[in-house]
Amino acid sequence: MPHSQDTPLAELLPPLSEHEALVEANRCLFCYDAPCTHACPTHIDVPRFIKKISTGNTLGSARTILEANLLGATCARVCPVEELCEGACVLGAEHKPITIGRLQRYSMDFVYGGDVQVFGPVRATGKKVAVVGAGAAGLACAGELARRGHAVVLFEKRELAGGLSTYGIIGLREPVAVAQAEIEMIRRLGVEIRNGVELCRDVALADLQAQFDAVFISVGLGGAPALGIPGEEHIVDGLEYIEQSKMDAGMLRVGRRAAVIGAGNTAIDCATVAKRLGAEEVTIVYRRSESEVSAYRHEMEFVRKEGVDFCFLAQPVKVHAPEDRVTALECLRMSLGAVDTSGRPAPVAVAGSEFVLAVDQVIKAIGQQKPPLAQALGLKTQRGYIDVNAEFETSARNVFAGGDCIRASGVCSTVMAVQDGKLAARAIEKRLGS
Amino acid sequence: MADLRIDFAGVRSPNPFWLASAPPSNSGAQVHRAFEAGWGGAVWKTIGAPVLNVSNRYGAWHYGGQKMLAINNVELISDRPLEVNLREIADVKRHWPDRAVVVSAMVESKVEAWRDIVRRIEDSGADAMELNYGCPHGMSERGMGSAVGQVPEYCERITGWVKDAARIPVIVKLTPNITNIVHPARAALSAGADGLSLINTLNSIVGVDLERLEVTPSIGGKGGHGGYAGPAVKPIALNMLAALGTDGVIGGSAAPISGMGGISNWRDAAEFLLLGAASLQVCTAVMHFGFRIIEDLCDGLSNWMDAKGFLSVAEVRGKALRGISDFKDFDLAFRAVARIDPARCIRCNLCYVACNDTAHQCIDLIAADGRVVEPYSYDARSNGRQEAVGSRPQPRVREQDCVGCRLCYNVCPVEKCIEMVELPPCRESVTWDEISKKQPEVTQDWEAMERYRKAQGIHIH
Repeated sequence: MPHSQDTPLAELLPPLSEHEALVEANRCLFCYDAPCTHACPTHIDVPRFIKKISTGNTLGSARTILEANLLGATCARVCPVEELCEGACVLGAEHKPITIGRLQRYSMDFVYGGDVQVFGPVRATGKKVAVVGAGAAGLACAGELARRGHAVVLFEKRELAGGLSTYGIIGLREPVAVAQAEIEMIRRLGVEIRNGVELCRDVALADLQAQFDAVFISVGLGGAPALGIPGEEHIVDGLEYIEQSKMDAGMLRVGRRAAVIGAGNTAIDCATVAKRLGAEEVTIVYRRSESEVSAYRHEMEFVRKEGVDFCFLAQPVKVHAPEDRVTALECLRMSLGAVDTSGRPAPVAVAGSEFVLAVDQVIKAIGQQKPPLAQALGLKTQRGYIDVNAEFETSARNVFAGGDCIRASGVCSTVMAVQDGKLAARAIEKRLGS
Repeated sequence: MADLRIDFAGVRSPNPFWLASAPPSNSGAQVHRAFEAGWGGAVWKTIGAPVLNVSNRYGAWHYGGQKMLAINNVELISDRPLEVNLREIADVKRHWPDRAVVVSAMVESKVEAWRDIVRRIEDSGADAMELNYGCPHGMSERGMGSAVGQVPEYCERITGWVKDAARIPVIVKLTPNITNIVHPARAALSAGADGLSLINTLNSIVGVDLERLEVTPSIGGKGGHGGYAGPAVKPIALNMLAALGTDGVIGGSAAPISGMGGISNWRDAAEFLLLGAASLQVCTAVMHFGFRIIEDLCDGLSNWMDAKGFLSVAEVRGKALRGISDFKDFDLAFRAVARIDPARCIRCNLCYVACNDTAHQCIDLIAADGRVVEPYSYDARSNGRQEAVGSRPQPRVREQDCVGCRLCYNVCPVEKCIEMVELPPCRESVTWDEISKKQPEVTQDWEAMERYRKAQGIHIH
């Protein structure tokens, strides 16, 4: 992929040069039953694809990756490799782990930068599958089914496919073009993508059940929950903030002094965007302490280097916005109490500890709500998420689901969604009897 | 401080390291610089018959990101005028009286030609000459180099011509492109050679260009075999060196051997000395890194000798030859098994796959609870660093089934992780030779072998 770092939100890491890739690939020990492969939720045969880089078989390397993970280019960039493959590398204990993510990107760039066809044509099976939601799970499921000859229609409510890869991951980590190139590849596998079609609004599940042999639902999560504080209408939604920065950064209003509420990875991303687009001061406001943040350690380190401040044990209680202009975020000091249902110490307000942060922009990134469609579809749910069995089948026969919308427990991530899509595709195929 | 000085058939040098006859010793300017860097001697690039060279003359074999595991070449002997070489040899020797200046020579296989070159080399003041019976390419097509070294009778005859004419010591350089190195070596000694040197380069085609579908390097679309040298040939050189050292005639003679073939560092050098070399020649490592490598060659060797209590190079020489033996004399009752140190093991499982796929299937993967588990036995939903690392089994050798093949030891990437542990023998020492003599039927008949194994309690895994 072409790479330029001349804009503040351009992809942070440059691609590995051929020489860098070869040196790094040769460092790989080629472990057997490798821990990196186990740690990868999609179980990419990492040593195999790396060995292929070292032998100059980059096409074979790319195929090895894509056979396990059709969104290899996205995952190469957005995966928390420290927690997954690289974190498990046997060289990590006493040496430097192999930079697996960047090597994967090298092989993926070979495919998408050179218009290389990895998969050949297949014989049609005559079976039809509808996939709803073109995020990571949907794309992976659709692609897996298409490359086995099934006719797949992928319904996406938004203008562009890709879900969070397109709209929600900051350009520093994944440019829009990468996600779109991957979608184009899925399309070439035979998947028909229909944009602007929303389940329940434009098409009913029953219609899909009638027209297709199977349905896969991967609609992701809902919008950000409300904080329920005065002045909330002046708070910018974090995911919208990131989306704007990717679609048209020039039109994004960036405060001079911004507060970001929340301490997950999206909060980190919002703070990074604000800082890179010119905010002088950016403060992440979090009601618990640093030990409880859900952002990855390496993300915390990164954002600190970007110059972002943290305000821990602070609960926003009001946005001051006289004449519709944000001037401050009022907070309460918190202390940590007993462990709550989330398994972390509950923040307890310290009475009379109000203080204000002088800011002119408040962004919230406090997670996403449970999938609203889960109820509307009339499917069995679990804690508000669509309930599926071990084969990713919902309470309705031949209706499968995967990705964030079924993640009643565990971490939501692109690579987990890809694995859901892949495993669900296998289950669907088994059901279709081909 | 160990004394690194050597005396090789009367040729003295302050350390045992000489530039081999090759491109690094092509000119006076180069040899001057090499001596300034500390080289103990130089064998001048072969002079003699007129030649012309070609472009793309060096090929190389790279492996796993390591450059120049071996080099191959189709360069001929010196293409510089004889007079220029001789003048520079004289000049170098005048400036460096304490260094060994040996001149390699190769001329047409005619007595007059050899007599003439001997006289000219002696006139230059050189300490000794080396007869190049080794070049496997180009010169051999003209009846020189390995064309001589491969025929013991030619070796003997030409060495005899040279010895008749020469007053300075004569070293015969042998080609490894031969079935049994002992024959040409004996022939050279019987004609009076004062010393031997080996190995010259091996016949080789270094590779094929996958784009152009032709051998590499390409010399205007053509290519062919060239002389192979460098780290990859060291084991071949050591074997031939040991073959000479353990030969009754050669080993029993006073003639010293100059060892070469892949010497890249002091460790290699020590190995050559231990197998009988009296001086050491280096080429590829210098072509890769320059003359400066002499510093660690001397420093490392000296430190090792100090640590081992060797006072001089002569004391090291041949110390490992005593253990050189034939298979028939190995102790069949000797027992060693592999043992993996879990504290050092990084669980790459390279030992496991090597043993399981290609050796004797005696390494198990042991889960934390002590169960033997199969590789790839995790669930498709299992993932993440903690699960992958936490549930990773530990390879362990089933010692009762281990034949001591030592493959795992060799593939393990971690220093001192796998050890070959000597176990007390289960039966009395015996060699194949002894069995052949006492119970010849055991060595000739499978049923007799079966009975012997039963009686001895030998279980084949």
